[in-house]
Amino acid sequence: MINPNSPVLLEVHGLCASVNGIDILKGLDLTVRRGEVHAIMGPNGSGKSTFAKVLAGHTAYEVTAGTVHFEGQDLLSLPPEARALAGMFLGFQYPIEIPGVANSQFLRLSYNTLQAQRGREELDPLEFDDFVREKMKLLEMSPDFLDRSVNEGFSGGEKKRNEILQMALLEPRLAILDETDSGLDIDALRIVSQGVNQLITPNNAVVLVTHYQRLLNYIVPDFVHVMEAGRIIKTGKKELALELEKRGYDWVGAEHAAAGGARTREVSA
Amino acid sequence: MSAVLQQIVNQPYKHGFVTNIESDVAPKGLSEDTIRMISAKKKEPAWLLEFRLQAYRAWLLMTEPAWPNVHYPKIDFQAISYYAAPKQKPKLGSMDEVDPELLRTFEKLGVPLHERMALAGVAVDVIFDSVSVATTYKAKLAEAGIIFCSMSEAVLEHPELVKKYLGTVIPTGDNYYAALNSAVFTDGSFCFIPKGVKCPMDLSTYFRINTEESGQFERTLIVAEAGASVSYLEGCTAPAFSSNQLHAAVVELVALDNADIKYSTVQNWYAGDENGVGGIYNFVTKRGLAKGVNSRISWTQVETGSAITWKYPSVILRGDNSVGEFYSVAVTNHHQQADTGTKMIHMGKNTRSTIVSKGISAGQSNNSYRGLVKVAPTATGARNYSQCDSMLVGDKSGAHTFPYIQVRNPTAQVEHEASTSKIGEDQLFYFAQRGISAEAAVSMIINGFCKDVFQQLPMEFAVEATQLLSFKLEGAVG
Repeated sequence: MINPNSPVLLEVHGLCASVNGIDILKGLDLTVRRGEVHAIMGPNGSGKSTFAKVLAGHTAYEVTAGTVHFEGQDLLSLPPEARALAGMFLGFQYPIEIPGVANSQFLRLSYNTLQAQRGREELDPLEFDDFVREKMKLLEMSPDFLDRSVNEGFSGGEKKRNEILQMALLEPRLAILDETDSGLDIDALRIVSQGVNQLITPNNAVVLVTHYQRLLNYIVPDFVHVMEAGRIIKTGKKELALELEKRGYDWVGAEHAAAGGARTREVSA
Repeated sequence: MSAVLQQIVNQPYKHGFVTNIESDVAPKGLSEDTIRMISAKKKEPAWLLEFRLQAYRAWLLMTEPAWPNVHYPKIDFQAISYYAAPKQKPKLGSMDEVDPELLRTFEKLGVPLHERMALAGVAVDVIFDSVSVATTYKAKLAEAGIIFCSMSEAVLEHPELVKKYLGTVIPTGDNYYAALNSAVFTDGSFCFIPKGVKCPMDLSTYFRINTEESGQFERTLIVAEAGASVSYLEGCTAPAFSSNQLHAAVVELVALDNADIKYSTVQNWYAGDENGVGGIYNFVTKRGLAKGVNSRISWTQVETGSAITWKYPSVILRGDNSVGEFYSVAVTNHHQQADTGTKMIHMGKNTRSTIVSKGISAGQSNNSYRGLVKVAPTATGARNYSQCDSMLVGDKSGAHTFPYIQVRNPTAQVEHEASTSKIGEDQLFYFAQRGISAEAAVSMIINGFCKDVFQQLPMEFAVEATQLLSFKLEGAVG
C-alpha cells in the first residue's frame, strides 16, 4: 500500500559493502515506508542477498561507505541482536540448522526476548505452546515441528515455513525475506505467501528478495527494484516484475548503461 | 574466532578465592615414613598400614603413564605435601560448631549447607581438604541401616567392611596414580547400603581443595548389597591457585545381585588461567564392579574444570545380565586438556553397556575421548552402544576420539557412533537475528548438545550442572 505520507522505516543511502575484500554493494539507495511491500529482483550475484545480510548485521560483511537509518536510528552502529530487537527481521535464504535445540525452546526464547524488549508479557512454556500452535495453523504446520531440533532435517519448504512462523511470532516492523520462495513447491508457496500477506499491516513493511515473478503473484509488491552490480538500477511498480519475467534482466542493464549509468555513485559519495 | 566468541571465551573463574582456615600440613615429600605418619595420625589398624606400604612399594616400581593425549611438565612427587587437615575443634556436636569460615566458603560457592540439608534432603558429607568436618543426616540413614561416613571414620568403626571391599575393584598396583592414592589417601567417603535397602535420599559429597600444593588423595568406596540401590552425587570446585595441584582420587563401587549404583559427578576445579598457568591435575581412577546378576552401575560426569583431566570411570560387568552406563560431558577451554572416557568390560552373559560421551572444546584446549569396550569369551549375548560426539568452538581447539573395541565372543553386538560439530558464526548470527545474545545462544546450543547426559543427572544436580556449564560457556564457549 503506497502512502507518501506514511513514516519512513528504512532509509539507505549510498551503501557500499564488501566480503573478504571483494566489493559487493556499490552505492545502494532505498527508502521504505510503513505499509509498503518492496520486491528486490536481479540476476545472480547482483548483491541482493548481501544487501539483506548487511541490513541484518552479518559479521562477515564489512560496510565500507553509506548510511542506513531504521526509524531514524543509525542501524549500522547496532549489533545484530539489537537490530532484531528494534524490529528488523531477516527471513533466511538458507535457515540455519541447530541440532539439539528444540524448535519450541528456540521460538519461545526469541519471542520472550522481544516481548521483554517491548515491555510486554513473557509466556511460560505452556502458554507459549498454545500461542505458537495457533500461529502454526496459519502456515499449516504440524505441531511436531515444535519438538524437532531447529531446522534440523527439515525440508526446504519446512524451513521456509519455520521462518515465516518466526515472523508471525516476532511481529517485526520490517521483514526482509531473502528468497523465501526458493525451494518451495506450488502449494507451499501459496501457504507461505498467504502467511506473509496476513502479517502485512499499515504499520510494518516487507522487502522481498527474489529471483522470480511467481512469488509476486501471491504477495503483490508496491515497488519492484532491479539490482545489478551492487546497486538498484531501476525501480518500478508491480508491472515491472511481469516485464522482467518476459524479457529477462539484460535490457534493464543495457538501458541503464545507455543512460550513462546516471544513478551510479562513487564509493566515496 | 570472532570477537564475540573471543570475548565470551574469556571470563575469570568465579570460584577463585582462598578460605583462611589454619591448616595442619605435613612436610613435603613421600617416603615410607610419610605413610607411617599419615596412618598413625589417623589411628589406623595395622592391616591398612600394610595396604598402604604395599601400594607404595608397587608405585616405586611403576612409571607415570605416557599414553594419554595430554602434556605437562614432570611432577615432582617429593615437592608435594601428603597430608593437610584443617585445625578443628576436638568434637563437633552439631553444625553450629563447624568453622563459620568454612560454612561461608560453601555459601560463596552457592551451596549453602543448611539449605541443601533442609530443602534438598541431601546428606552432605563435607570434605574440606582431607578430613571430614561435618557429616549430616547420618542418623536418618542409620535408621535404614545405611552407613554413610568419611573413610577415616569407616576404617575405625566398620573395619571389617572396609577390609572386605577396599582395593577389590582397583587393586593397589592397578595403575600409577591408583597406587599412589592407595599409599597416601587421607580421606574420602564410605557408603554401605545393606541388602534390600533403597537409599531414601541422594547422597552427596562436596570436595574442595583448599591448601595450596597439598595433594589430594581421596578414597571413596560404595557398596550396595543384594537388591540395594543408591544414587551418589559428587561435586567439586576449587579456589584459584597459580601453582598446579595434583589430585589423584580413587573411587570403587561394588554392586551385588540386583543392586543399583548411580554415581554422578560435577567437576569444576580450577582450570588454570587463560594462559594455561596453574590449575588442577585431575588423575582419577574410578571403577565399578557389577558383581551380581542383574546389577547395574551408572556413571554420569560433567567435567568442566582442571588443567588436565585423566579419568576413565569404568564398569566390570561380571554378573549375568548386568548393566553398565557411562554418560559424560567434558568441557575444555583455554589451555585445558582432557583425556577421558570409560572402559566397559563384559564378562557375564547378556551384559549390556551404554556409552554417551559429549566433548566440547573451546579456546586452545584439547579434548580426547578414550574408551574401551571389551567382550570376554564368556560374555555371550553382550551388547554395547557407544556414541561419541564432539563440538568445537572457535578454530584453535582440538577434539579427538580413541575408541578401542575388543570382541572375543561372536554373539556380541557392539555399535559405535561418532560425530563432530562446530558452533559456527552462522548459528550465532541466526540466534542474534532473532534477538538472542551470543551467550544465551551458546548456552542453548551446548545444553541441547548435552541433553542426553543431563537427563541422566538427578534433578537438582541437573540444574546445577546446567548453571555450571553456562558459567563455563559464558566463559568457555562459548
